[in-house]
Amino acid sequence: MDHAATREEALARIAAAQDLGALEGLRVEFLGKQGSISGLLKTLGAMSPDERQVAGPQIHALREAVTEALGARKAALESAALEAQLASETIDLSLPAPEAPRGTIHPVSQVMDELAEIFADMGFAVATGPEIEDDWHNFTALNIPESHPARAMHDTFYFPDKDGQGRDMLLRTHTSPVQIRAMLQQGAPIRIIAPGRVYRSDSDATHTPMFHQVEGLVIDKGITLGHLKWTLETFLKAYFEREDIVLRLRPSYFPFTEPSVEVDVGFALVSGPDGKSRRVLGGSGDDPGHGWMELLGSGMVNRKVIAAGGLDPDEWQGFAFGVGVDRLAMLKYGMDDLRAFFDGDVRWLAHYGFSPLDVPTLSAGVGARA
Amino acid sequence: MKFSLTWLKDHLDTEATVEEIAAKLNAIGLEVEGIENPADQLTGFTIAKVLTAERHPNADKLQVLTVDAGTGDPLQVVCGAPNARAGMIGVLGLPGAVVPNGGFELKKSAIRGVESNGMMCSVAELALGDDHDGIIELPADAPVGTPFAEYHGADPVIDVAITPNRPDCMGVYGIARDLAAAGLGTLRPVAVQQVPGFFPCPMPIRTDDPEGCPAFYGRVIRGVKNGASPKWLQDRLTSAGQRPISALVDITNYVMLAYGRPAHAYDLAQLSGAIFARRAQDGETVLALNGKEYTLTSEMIVIADDKGVHDIAGIMGGEHSGCSETTTDVLLEVAYFDPTRIGDTGRKLNLTSDARQRFERGVDPAFLDAGLALLTELIVEICGGEPSEIIRAGEAPSGTKVVAYDPALAERLGGVAIPDDQQRAILRALGFGSDARWNVIVPSWRPDVDGAPDIVEEVVRIHGLDNIASVALPRADGVARPTATPAQQLERRLRRAAASRGSHEAVTWSFLPEADAAAFSEGNGAVWTLANPISEDMKAMRPSLLPGLLAAVRRNVDRGASGLRLFELGRRYLRGTSGHSDERLTLGMVLAGEKAPRGWATGKAQVFDAFDAKAEAMALLAEAGAPVENLQVLGEAGPQFHPGQSATLRLGPKTVLARFGMLHPALLKQFDIGVPVAAVELFLDAIPGKKAAGFARNAYAPPALQAVTRDFAFLVDAALPAGDLVRAIKGCDKANIVAVRLFDDFRGQGVPDGQKSLAVEVTMQPGEKSFTEAELKAIAEKVTGAAAKLGAVLRG
Repeated sequence: MDHAATREEALARIAAAQDLGALEGLRVEFLGKQGSISGLLKTLGAMSPDERQVAGPQIHALREAVTEALGARKAALESAALEAQLASETIDLSLPAPEAPRGTIHPVSQVMDELAEIFADMGFAVATGPEIEDDWHNFTALNIPESHPARAMHDTFYFPDKDGQGRDMLLRTHTSPVQIRAMLQQGAPIRIIAPGRVYRSDSDATHTPMFHQVEGLVIDKGITLGHLKWTLETFLKAYFEREDIVLRLRPSYFPFTEPSVEVDVGFALVSGPDGKSRRVLGGSGDDPGHGWMELLGSGMVNRKVIAAGGLDPDEWQGFAFGVGVDRLAMLKYGMDDLRAFFDGDVRWLAHYGFSPLDVPTLSAGVGARA
Repeated sequence: MKFSLTWLKDHLDTEATVEEIAAKLNAIGLEVEGIENPADQLTGFTIAKVLTAERHPNADKLQVLTVDAGTGDPLQVVCGAPNARAGMIGVLGLPGAVVPNGGFELKKSAIRGVESNGMMCSVAELALGDDHDGIIELPADAPVGTPFAEYHGADPVIDVAITPNRPDCMGVYGIARDLAAAGLGTLRPVAVQQVPGFFPCPMPIRTDDPEGCPAFYGRVIRGVKNGASPKWLQDRLTSAGQRPISALVDITNYVMLAYGRPAHAYDLAQLSGAIFARRAQDGETVLALNGKEYTLTSEMIVIADDKGVHDIAGIMGGEHSGCSETTTDVLLEVAYFDPTRIGDTGRKLNLTSDARQRFERGVDPAFLDAGLALLTELIVEICGGEPSEIIRAGEAPSGTKVVAYDPALAERLGGVAIPDDQQRAILRALGFGSDARWNVIVPSWRPDVDGAPDIVEEVVRIHGLDNIASVALPRADGVARPTATPAQQLERRLRRAAASRGSHEAVTWSFLPEADAAAFSEGNGAVWTLANPISEDMKAMRPSLLPGLLAAVRRNVDRGASGLRLFELGRRYLRGTSGHSDERLTLGMVLAGEKAPRGWATGKAQVFDAFDAKAEAMALLAEAGAPVENLQVLGEAGPQFHPGQSATLRLGPKTVLARFGMLHPALLKQFDIGVPVAAVELFLDAIPGKKAAGFARNAYAPPALQAVTRDFAFLVDAALPAGDLVRAIKGCDKANIVAVRLFDDFRGQGVPDGQKSLAVEVTMQPGEKSFTEAELKAIAEKVTGAAAKLGAVLRG
């Protein structure tokens, strides 16, 4: 018996099935309990062994061919259905995605973190003190007695209040009172930086009545101006990430240091892509096209200050320095108006602020590039 | 302190250029603030001889000159000056030169059709004077072709900033002494010639305040003629930035600027009786030379005569007794005043003067006689007259300071080894004496030096700070140790957490307008208020971080921002104990206006609400390591907040870690802000510190069995905070219940008035074995039981 015709007809009908329902109908028609091919299989039982040997493989082959065709057609129909579904789900991906707000770290905070990182490597801890100070810590203990002309150097904000000991209360004019507090609280040896807000009654493009300073203090045995020079060089090279930073030390006068040293740093005038020329630190100020800019004040801590800090000046000596944090930020990151630091203009903050992921590290360089 | 190079050379014999002098001044601590070099202005101007002068063919008033400027071929120049004529020598500006008066650059040009290769200049054009009637005529022997600046002898002026410790350098002579010590020349000693008196001083002089005015020396010079001072004197004063007035005044100013010795010259005719120093009487007034009247106190010293006050001692002379053109007899005052008293007086009167600057820093107490002699000599020379004998009332402090020094200190403190003999030479050049055992005698003009470190400073600065070698600070072995305190770590972490959640960090002023501060304070003088604010807007120290941020919100909204997230982490200033401040680290955050703009997917813009503030508060507290699971949401965020949309986050009933919510509309109105603002304030000092440091975590293995969730819906009183229900359920079976999440808050159909339906999903975690139905039922009973205590009824 030849099943070629049955087979061809079945395969043709399977190929023509347009949906999964029709295909299932065909499966029942051919292979179901009452199906035509199932019926053929049942005839094998009534055959002689010789007949069965001939017809059996033919019927089984027919059943396999139909089963396979049904499976293939089912996969094809499913695939087509999925494609149709996906086609219907197409969206315009040029539409904007939901935006997560982007926050920033203020340059002052970023620079303070950079400084903390650099100085931590040199063994300096970060110390703090009150901004509303008494005049003993801010002036007297720093060898600035009441009538000293140096008090006139500071345009001090005063409160009408006095503390429990009758001292005038004021806004600290520098971070130097933290020197006294550190000495009184922790004794020697000391290596600290003290960043923070300071206040002077002054206001123009480069002076604001509030600004930020960082104080450095080292008290130990055998500390000299040579250590001060190394510390400042090392810090400034690390902060500006330039090996060609050149310092010029000039004798100066601060009541709380003796000897006192003003530090200049060499810069070049470089014109930027915006056509504005900008001071870029590096090189000697005496080189052609270069100049010196005054950067910070420093010196060996005055014996009277060490004594005011409760330490024996015959045993302990050291150096101190103070530098403007806002100024350091401006020199490194290129802002030109100090007043904008304190305005809270989100456009400025978005432009000059730093990603919170820009945590200063020594291994990656403390500066934030993006 | 300004002075010309010529003036410096009166006192310093040197060949050094002005640049070398400036560099050395900087190196020894006399900071050069600027050098004005008139020669710089005269670049391109050359001495030239007029060879021929012809009428201009096309202009009546112009001439066409041929000029020899030493450049080879004669140059043709058109000139309008009437005095231009053949044979004269003048100054030619060549093309490229910039005319000092007017600042324009000369160019080769054609004037009325005739080529002109420069300009013959007038005195006014070169900014050398006012004369512009004709071109400069130089003597016949003026060297043709020489740069005019060289011939003119333009005198550079050096401007030096003198630190308050160096009154001796508030005179040119003192600066010369420092330069000589630094090897830049030889100091010319002061040539003091005592001028004998010809008659007894007719005016009694005394000091009635030996403490404030220990010494008052004086003499009369009679028969003087007070006119204009000579050119050399005027030039020196002009270089110092002072306007010459009259010979007598100029001479006192000159002695002050040259030697740091202030003095005063009175018109004797205006004085009566005796002249003396005394304390002012409270309320006494004086009309000073600057035309202003000052009211004095008994703390101040005045120079007075029998009729009244003439002079605020050591600070400013009086209007009535100064010298004028008609002065014929003059009384000179050379005194020593207590520096502290002069400083105090000047500050109280808010009056600065050259004299005050010197007296308050401390003038040389051993220079009174020399100063008087210098003044007398100059007056007699310039104004004529006959000096009286000198009256010396009191005497200036004369104690000699001796400092025990050790030359090894230069290295121990200064970090540079300097041979002993070199140190001695430096000190000697500065006027310090020293004996074999290094007792150093401080000169009378150095009130600032009183200890060995001062001597180190003197030696090291003259030796040169450049010679100090860098020496590395000793460094602990190994990797640098951590130094940040837990509080500092918390601060840094919170700052970056807030920014990473989308807010910009701002830094705002510590001081605020009083009204802004008052809106955030508890009242009762809690706010620190400045006595001398720079403006009313910067008067009160902030008691909260929010007002400063709100001011920033207003500015941003005014600039067109529709939505913004700002935070600041800094101190707020409260009253502490015993009159000190209590400065607390605080994080303030404001979420203003639109949270998200209108969008294609989201439709209308969304506005920030109180839950946005809560989300920030909770997330930041979690970053800070606070036990956020245990926090209670309670009221009383403060009157600055919307009473129904704000809360505090507390650990226990008293410890407030944060407050958050919508700000009160009335407050926003006060701050002139037209958009809703949600705000957070986080009190860093209240956040409990993390427990003992250590890196190991508690042992943990994810449970093998899956957690089971069950939903419960309760009817509760509408006023019951949902958080109370969640806390109650969470706490009812801590062994099994690991999470309770509220997912529905419904009022309306099917819920009685005054009630609401709250639905929670309770997650239970089995341990070793799965829960049996009985166990689950028991847990469910605990849940409903705990809820029932709050009046909650399980919904059917």
